[in-house]
Amino acid sequence: MLKDQDRIFQNLYNDLGPDLNSSQKRGDWVNTKEITSKGRDWIINEIKESQLRGRGGAGFPTGLKWSFAPKEVGSRPHYLVINGDESEPGTCKDRDILRFEPHKLIEGCLIASFAVQAHVCYIYIRGEYFIDGQKLQAAINEAYKKKLLGKNAAGTGWDLDIYIHYGAGAYICGEETALLESIEGKKGQPRLKPPFPALIGLYGCPTIINNVETIAVVPTILRRGGKWFASLGREKNTGTKIFCISGNVNNPCNVEEEMNIPLKELIEVHAGGVIGGWDNLQAVIPGGSSMPLIPKEKCETLTMDFDSLVAEKSGLGTAGVVVINKDQDIIKCMARIARFYKHESCGQCTPCREGSGWMWRMLERMAKGEASKDEIEMLGDVTKQIEGHTICAFGEGSSWPVQGLLRHFKDEIKKRNKFDPIIKENKNIPYLVDQHLLDKNA
Amino acid sequence: MSLRKPAKNQPDNFEFNPSSLEEAKNIIAKYPTGKQQSAVMALLYIAQKQNDNWIPLAAMKYIAKFLEMPYIKVYEVATFYSMYNLSPVGKYFVQVCTTTPCMIRGANKLVEACKEKISENESELSNDKSCSWMEVECLGACVNAPMMQINDDYFEDLDKEKTLEILDKILNGEKPMPGSYRGRVNNEPENNRKTLMDLKNA
Repeated sequence: MLKDQDRIFQNLYNDLGPDLNSSQKRGDWVNTKEITSKGRDWIINEIKESQLRGRGGAGFPTGLKWSFAPKEVGSRPHYLVINGDESEPGTCKDRDILRFEPHKLIEGCLIASFAVQAHVCYIYIRGEYFIDGQKLQAAINEAYKKKLLGKNAAGTGWDLDIYIHYGAGAYICGEETALLESIEGKKGQPRLKPPFPALIGLYGCPTIINNVETIAVVPTILRRGGKWFASLGREKNTGTKIFCISGNVNNPCNVEEEMNIPLKELIEVHAGGVIGGWDNLQAVIPGGSSMPLIPKEKCETLTMDFDSLVAEKSGLGTAGVVVINKDQDIIKCMARIARFYKHESCGQCTPCREGSGWMWRMLERMAKGEASKDEIEMLGDVTKQIEGHTICAFGEGSSWPVQGLLRHFKDEIKKRNKFDPIIKENKNIPYLVDQHLLDKNA
Repeated sequence: MSLRKPAKNQPDNFEFNPSSLEEAKNIIAKYPTGKQQSAVMALLYIAQKQNDNWIPLAAMKYIAKFLEMPYIKVYEVATFYSMYNLSPVGKYFVQVCTTTPCMIRGANKLVEACKEKISENESELSNDKSCSWMEVECLGACVNAPMMQINDDYFEDLDKEKTLEILDKILNGEKPMPGSYRGRVNNEPENNRKTLMDLKNA
């Protein structure tokens, strides 16, 4: 288990209070000026050395992302945008940062803005987190009052203004370009890439977009050194991460742990074990609903980091661990996830808009045992036609969980859906979609 | 995609009251000059708050003029995002999360409770027209599942009895306490905390 002094979010459970005074006591805002005086190249190099990867799901190296911002500010200003549109089922880590560690985030915003030369930072928070957003706003106001924000913020000589922008219940706005569209006051429909936001982003200006957790860990990394952060976890999967363990466990919780922690330790030690005992485990969704599930046999030895989960054809995503035990109907669970994606598709690309609905309806029928044998292959085919054929990664996000189900629980689906396709029974049903096939037989 | 239609009975006029107007001006100041369109989402919220939790078409037209943008662009935004209510939802708007992490912890019991107390169908006003309920997608409090949101507040770690209690309170016009209903502190593992114990005991 990670040592307590190596935990970045000391106030994850709000033992100490989120206000500025208590935050300063645990080390926030202590020597911000000293950090920025070392220069932006030092900051970006230190973040590169720490091998910090984005905590929002894709795991893109943060230092590298920052280095994409133009070196000189041209006629267009730079922007920093913080993605707090946490809507991935199974994930609730950013909420705790917003309400209990707001000053880590605000200080991180200042340092990151300095590193990418932005004078304005927008924090995009999902609309449902209104109360938590208000708590962050209170912390921002406090910081303005103490001159930690605004002109010459915290004595660094850098001017920074932070504004909160509330979303309004669209999952897709967690996609970075959809988020920018949303800030611009439009429907949250993703943009084509390239051009990448680092060059043409918010209002057509260079924009760096990072997750709340990524930015909140930056000040601590710079204080304790990139080497310290890199010493935790393993190569390319360094540092600590907030894991959200939900579902059928005895004590669902958020916990900050080292990367590469065994999944079994997360569930058994921190979350108090699976309801009904470890043997009652059916499957685990390791990184939020978009990531394919992992069956029990593999959970024994699985370690939680980006690369080891990719090796299992899944992913760490947002580290929202959803534990599903044998009392649940796994097909029904996945059908509900498919319904989520059907509801949240932005409607821009046809394969995703239509396909997400198809997947949901097929899975609903499969859960009830109303599907025919050949539909199982057909479902796999549908997922392949969505994946990779959309503007943003939503296509992958909606089809991967279904592919995961087909990969690991095909036998279960087959057992439940036995009957032959109607076409083989030679019935004449006028509204049958494959009527032309019947005609040929006649 | 979700299907969202404006209500049939629409008021003819809508205007911001003085406090909304001031709030709106503060919001517009957050964005660069000429980019006032960015404020449309916040202004729709303000209109929704002022107009008993829903946005009439007149408000969209008013906001379009206010921000000097085409009405259809405001309409697009209002119909795209699911948190803008396009028809009356009552003073208390109950949203029950039923996505998988909540579902496997028994969110359907919460739905049952809503059906018993509020109305048979979702998005249907209760008899006294004070509240309505709706199934929604993940509200981002998965470790506190099952949970529901009433207006801005989260009610966490629920079961059917506790949901019935909460709904009774709002139907009587009282304001129930938000937060966990199993008495747990924030997101810590109940009675099983292994980390940061020095701080807890300090």
